[in-house]
Amino acid sequence: MEELIQFRLNGKPVSMTLDSDRMLLWVLRTELELTGVKYGCGMGLCGACTVLVNNRARRACRVPVKNIRGTEIVTIEGLAANGKLHPLQEAFVKHDAFQCGFCTPGMILNAYSFLQRNPRPSYTEVLQGMENNLCRCGSYTRIVQAILTAAQEMAGGEV
Amino acid sequence: MKKDNESKDLDVHDIEILPRFITRREFLKLAGAGVVIFFFHGKTEAQQEHGERTYIRQQAPGDFNAFLRIGEDGKVTCFTGKIEMGQGIITSLAQMLAEELDVPLESVQMVMGDTDLCPYDMGTFGSLSTRYFGPTLVRAAAEARAVLMELGAEALNAPLSRLKSQDGFIFDRAHPERKISYSALTRGKRIERHLKNTPPLKPVSDYTVTGKPVPRLDAHVKVTGKAKFAGDILLPGMLYASVLRPPAHGAKLRHADTSAAENIQGIKIVKNGDLIAALHENPEEAQNAVRRIKVQFDMEEPKVDDKTIFRHLLDVAPQGQVLASEGSIDKGRNLADRIFEETYLNGYVAHAPIETHTAVAQIKGGRATVWASTQTPFSAQNEVAQALGFLAEKVRVITPFVGGGFGGKTRNQQAVEAAVLAKLTGRPVQVSWSREEEFFHDSFRPAAVVNISSGIQNTGRIVFWDYSVYFAGDRGASQFYEIPHHRTYSTGFSYRGGSRSFHPFNTGPWRAPAANTNAFAMESQIDIMTASAGMDPLEFRLKNLKDTRMTGVLKAAAERFGWAPSKAPSGRGYGVACATDAGTYVAHMAEVEVDRARGRVQVNRVVCAQDMGLVINPEGAKQQIEGCITMGLGYALTEEIHFQDGKIFDLNFDTYEIPRFSWLPKIDTVLIDNKNFPPQGGGEPAIVCMGAVIANAIYDAVGARLHQLPMTPERVRETLNKV
Repeated sequence: MEELIQFRLNGKPVSMTLDSDRMLLWVLRTELELTGVKYGCGMGLCGACTVLVNNRARRACRVPVKNIRGTEIVTIEGLAANGKLHPLQEAFVKHDAFQCGFCTPGMILNAYSFLQRNPRPSYTEVLQGMENNLCRCGSYTRIVQAILTAAQEMAGGEV
Repeated sequence: MKKDNESKDLDVHDIEILPRFITRREFLKLAGAGVVIFFFHGKTEAQQEHGERTYIRQQAPGDFNAFLRIGEDGKVTCFTGKIEMGQGIITSLAQMLAEELDVPLESVQMVMGDTDLCPYDMGTFGSLSTRYFGPTLVRAAAEARAVLMELGAEALNAPLSRLKSQDGFIFDRAHPERKISYSALTRGKRIERHLKNTPPLKPVSDYTVTGKPVPRLDAHVKVTGKAKFAGDILLPGMLYASVLRPPAHGAKLRHADTSAAENIQGIKIVKNGDLIAALHENPEEAQNAVRRIKVQFDMEEPKVDDKTIFRHLLDVAPQGQVLASEGSIDKGRNLADRIFEETYLNGYVAHAPIETHTAVAQIKGGRATVWASTQTPFSAQNEVAQALGFLAEKVRVITPFVGGGFGGKTRNQQAVEAAVLAKLTGRPVQVSWSREEEFFHDSFRPAAVVNISSGIQNTGRIVFWDYSVYFAGDRGASQFYEIPHHRTYSTGFSYRGGSRSFHPFNTGPWRAPAANTNAFAMESQIDIMTASAGMDPLEFRLKNLKDTRMTGVLKAAAERFGWAPSKAPSGRGYGVACATDAGTYVAHMAEVEVDRARGRVQVNRVVCAQDMGLVINPEGAKQQIEGCITMGLGYALTEEIHFQDGKIFDLNFDTYEIPRFSWLPKIDTVLIDNKNFPPQGGGEPAIVCMGAVIANAIYDAVGARLHQLPMTPERVRETLNKV
């Protein structure tokens, strides 16, 4: 059903009239031209489409836009504030925590959400927190290092 | 709702991306002045090694297939048909170039996989880029530097012997204040050279860029979401296509009723022979429409499934060939005190890159442009041209970043589909396979059988080795131990996948094709003989090896691992395996834990020692090893396609399990600094031992010998029950 959907996207208000059963993933990738969010499996199994909805990681391929009314959405394009990379992005660069880079936006945003809930995680907790994001190139070991580095950075940098 | 930019033509220049898109006009301007070195790489050895790939019909036109240019702005651009899919060559090749040319790494730009701008290249696979392209690139850079030195001698009015190049400048050694930049030297000039003889190269001891860890040049765009993959190309007026697929390979469409699908507003239905597709500005509507098509298919007679396939393959195997042979197997058999006859199996394995096969095609003024996720842009160009009835030069394939390939993106069906649909609809078209389509149309790593008969003397010396591999392929089949009587036979493999009378669906190269299967069989067999001889697995290998590069990696791995000799099964869960692949030597040691009740295997630690000759980017090389080890856990433990005839049952990541974070072992890599050898392959070798090292560690843990990959909990339990 076509209806008006309003939400905030990367800090800016968005207002669209569209079929509200459509999935957030495709609305972001097509109309809104934010292609950092990726299609990987369409069933919420791989995490390539992860975005933040009110600061929590969500699988955009499984979220109909009718469920995001009034929420604050952040995609990978909106994570760097004023051109300055987020500590997670910095840490991914520092540790070479990707290869092909296709799963990377989802990895970073899932890690962001995870660190909100657990700012000082152990190695094992990072593994658990990231368990459902898949990387085929096999960058897990560096992703874990990057998340641990970012956690330290964020804990030190924020009051 | 669409933005009102429908009328605006896309300027590819606007797209921020590495490898960068360049317009033709920009390119001609670029090519206008400066020093240009044309060179040729890879014809002899690389093509011999991949001689089976006869489907690559096109040979390099002319006498060069890559070139580099030093522009008036001092920027160095390398044009190559290679592509970046995560293996990091966008960085390592730039490093090699910057090193030999004496320019800052930042001034190097790689233009990759664009068929209009880059000369022909057969594709990116087989760990060939650094091995074969790299050294030639270095020679071309040396030639360019020689040209610049000559120009510098003239400009500075100083003899060549007194000149030195550094950071994009030529200096007069006697008067260091006298210097001139490369950009000043090339300004207003057009100098072309074809690389013929090898100019003097920089000694490795002088290297300051190569061999040093540098951050990946694609890092920033990949963490900010700016990196463009094929599906991220959005063209004005573009339609998303969803293609009707059969329920099984071999099924023939009898009837399709598209009337219900046609009711969707804005939908376009295309029927063109066997190709039936729905297209819409909204990809979800295109998928909905295909679901509404009422279809009837004629199915094939049942023949094989994932259990009967091995018997079937042995039955249909064609006459193969002996790859290597020495002495006499009969003589060896007579010398042996103990003889071992074993059979090893592995099932079909999917490539499963997280980016599915994707392409965007636009046809304008009799020219087609296709952005494709491909490892073989020039094959894609030919295939598209053929499908459209265009001349190849009327088709431009542009390769954005590729979201993982592993061999699967050497096939370009999606590019052809996008191009044909663009032609039929007159609109730009994106074809992005669903995950289910990706699993269905993948060219799987072939199921295979290996039979080995071998024998040792009571002293622990291997005296004969009779090896037959069915359908896996030749790579890694030939053994490397000191065995007086041996024979290696291989049959049934084709890079094209062979006929459907062999396999029920497409098969093709999968990261280190054949070598995974062969190393699993070979190194399991070695361990079986070791256990029978009551020896330590490392000691047994060293006793039967002469090749010092192999003993070198084994010893290096043992040292890092802290290997303490013991005969297996020791209960510790330690395993060892070694192999050579793509010119590189690897030795792995692993520690596993086996849950006897559930049959689940957890790999706690893997040490890999690798001798890949000269190391260009140590961080990049380590990253590839880690990737290999992590990805290798999958084919070793869980990855297997279940099927009945042409029907595939694993269509997503729920039943097809690829490695996850919790599987992650502690990974330790040792790079042997072997500057005496030119750089060898790095993207594949460290994956080939993963089946064997885990199988051997499982045996050491619980005394159960697995003969089939993957070593699923069910198979581990079954094998344990037999112990």
